[in-house]
Amino acid sequence: MLEIKNLHARIAEDGTEIIRGLDLTVKAGEVAAIMGPNGSGKSTLSYILSGREDYEVTEGDILYNGESILELDPSERAAKGIFLAFQYPVEIPGVATMQFLKVALNEQRKYRGEEELSTPDFIRRVKEASARLQINPDMLKRPLNVGFSGGEKKRAEILQMALLEPKLCVLDETDSGLDIDALKIVADGVNALRSPDRAVVVITHYQRLLEYIVPDSVHVLYKGQIIKSGDKSLALDLEANGYADIIDAAA
Amino acid sequence: MAAVQETIDQVALIDVDQYKYGFETKIEMDKAPKGLSEEIIRFISAKKQEPEWMLEWRLEAYRRWLTLEEPTWARVNYPKIDFNDIYYYAAPKSTPGPTSIDDVDPEILKVYEKLGIPLREQEMLAGVKTSRIAVDAVFDSVSVVTTFKEELKKAGVIFMSISEAIREHPDLVRKYLGSVVPTTDNYYATLNSAVFTDGSFVLVPKGVRCPMELSTYFRINEKNTGQFERTLIIAEEGAYVSYLEGCTAPQRDENQLHAAVVELVALDDAEIKYSTVQNWYPGDKNGKGGIYNFVTKRGDCRGKNSKISWTQVETGSAITWKYPSCILRGDGSRGEFYSIAVSNGHQQIDSGTKMIHLGKNTSSRIISKGIAAGVSQNTYRGQVSTHRRAENARNFTQCDSLLIGDKCGAHTVPYIEARNASAQFEHEATTSKISEDQLFYCLQRGIPEEAAIALIVNGFVKEVIQELPMEFAVEAQKLIGISLEGSVG
Ligand SMILES: Nc1ncnc2c1ncn2[C@@H]1O[C@H](COP(=O)(O)OP(=O)(O)OP(=O)(O)O)[C@@H](O)[C@H]1O
Ligand SMILES: [Mg+2]
Repeated sequence: MLEIKNLHARIAEDGTEIIRGLDLTVKAGEVAAIMGPNGSGKSTLSYILSGREDYEVTEGDILYNGESILELDPSERAAKGIFLAFQYPVEIPGVATMQFLKVALNEQRKYRGEEELSTPDFIRRVKEASARLQINPDMLKRPLNVGFSGGEKKRAEILQMALLEPKLCVLDETDSGLDIDALKIVADGVNALRSPDRAVVVITHYQRLLEYIVPDSVHVLYKGQIIKSGDKSLALDLEANGYADIIDAAA
Repeated sequence: MAAVQETIDQVALIDVDQYKYGFETKIEMDKAPKGLSEEIIRFISAKKQEPEWMLEWRLEAYRRWLTLEEPTWARVNYPKIDFNDIYYYAAPKSTPGPTSIDDVDPEILKVYEKLGIPLREQEMLAGVKTSRIAVDAVFDSVSVVTTFKEELKKAGVIFMSISEAIREHPDLVRKYLGSVVPTTDNYYATLNSAVFTDGSFVLVPKGVRCPMELSTYFRINEKNTGQFERTLIIAEEGAYVSYLEGCTAPQRDENQLHAAVVELVALDDAEIKYSTVQNWYPGDKNGKGGIYNFVTKRGDCRGKNSKISWTQVETGSAITWKYPSCILRGDGSRGEFYSIAVSNGHQQIDSGTKMIHLGKNTSSRIISKGIAAGVSQNTYRGQVSTHRRAENARNFTQCDSLLIGDKCGAHTVPYIEARNASAQFEHEATTSKISEDQLFYCLQRGIPEEAAIALIVNGFVKEVIQELPMEFAVEAQKLIGISLEGSVG
């Protein structure tokens, strides 16, 4: 589903290279975890996948369902099913969460040539999804992310994901800031979306999340490259021993 | 940086030429000769079959005007206006004054149809979606028709063109005209007093809640013609009325002048809600053409516990100079000003309000949202003052500006004057930009750039949109999107 080949990318403004020859393949149905020290380029990778223009791809390619997406703008990629749960969700003052969800959903449908959802249909879907994630419907009347607690923001990201039903879900540190109960709820939400035609990329620092969302593969990102890949035991290993050995081995 | 830069480029490109009301209609017109003189004023007055006192009133204003200088304090730049190069009166030959709908020139009806303003009452009744709104349609210098007059009359409400009111209710007009904005008030108001052509007159009698929304729709069609509208609304004791004003003009290379005066009078316990969606032609991308909009709007809360509320959505005009104000004369009276001012291309807006607290326990609220894009300049100018004897005056002011791009400017100029120690004034002001992060977040959710900007901007102005009557709110939201992006619908 996702094939990243020898990707090099830099910050458009000053030319600093952040991603330096990164290879990664994630198959449909797979859950891949990406771990790595602070500043290694995990969030940057998620932005480049979603098409943020602050970064320039200088070499390599990103294939999504076999086709290069480098020329697509972010909203097109989203409509084609790429979703990013942000590490730091952004506040949109004055725009009710409900309204935002509806605009997003209908814009994506429009792009795909589908009909707009009727209001009752939309409301029914939102109610179901928010119940599953134990989100108070009153919160959806508030402007998106404005005044939401850290955990509420993360939950709202997963709610959006559940509604938009993307094919490739990238979760950037969705576990940070969640209490133990919320972590379980969010993990259940993600697991509910697991399906043979959907891939999930989980960026995290902690093994704990991976106990709930059990990954098929684990990759270590360091200085813009994947320096080691393995199965779920790799995460346990990292938890116990840190990154030093792997980094040394790769050097 | 990149995405926002692109948006800015797009906004710069779109050119305000996307103006969709820019069509012109060929209609044979009856015009006064170009220029301004006592003769012209006599001509206008005679055309309107006005009584002698009205003519005298006009002439006095004209003589006064000749002694005045054009004000220069506003942050707007424009070449000197040649007041002798303007037609002051232009009326369709076929429909020289207000008449019944069946007698209105079909071409004119078509104009309003094209603008989405139904004038046939049956059609309005047939449209289940829209609630009923009575319309006074002003075409260049004359009102061509006023709808739902009969039905309103049954409720005791007088709604007609001001020209008709001068003939049919001279005593009422004489009592109130110029009582809020005196003929000596300011350069443009004085000019208007001399040459005003048409506008609406509303009187809602004691204890009556006006059974429907009233509105006036102004259309400038004729070339080189100034439009000098005059509107007078009176709500007697305990009365309530909600009034809407809309306006458009054809797309032309020359600038055209619109200098209106609107006076509102609210007696004891009365309430007037006045909403405007101003969408005059703004000029093209090089700043050529567009309407000069110099307007004096003022409400007098004359009675105790009366309330006047101004809501405006300003998207059009090359230059806007406009400060809808409230005189809080009655004890316990309240004034409100809610404004959205959008400027793009080369537009210049200098707008705001004055809240003048004279009575005891008066309160006022000002919410202003300015959005500047392109190379436009957007200024909020507001005055809040209390008189010595105005005990316990309260004001809350919030002025927010949103910049799109870095070639435009937003300015806030508040004047605050409290001559009574018990006054409580609060003032908050913010300036922000649409952030890269916000835009990317929306894009990532599948919302294309233009829709994302419209969404963020509509979030920014939400508090004001909520104040508009329902039918207008939807229109206004769309209009804001269009003015910023040039994408229709
Ligand atoms: N737009 C930018 N401008 C300047 N520096 C940037 C920009 N984007 C990323 N960087 C830098 O690139 C490096 C990688 O950042 P990134 O946010 O991708 O790290 P990360 O792996 O997600 O870290 P963390 O675990 O702390 O979230 C950092 O050194 C960061 O400062
Ligand atoms: Mg990160």
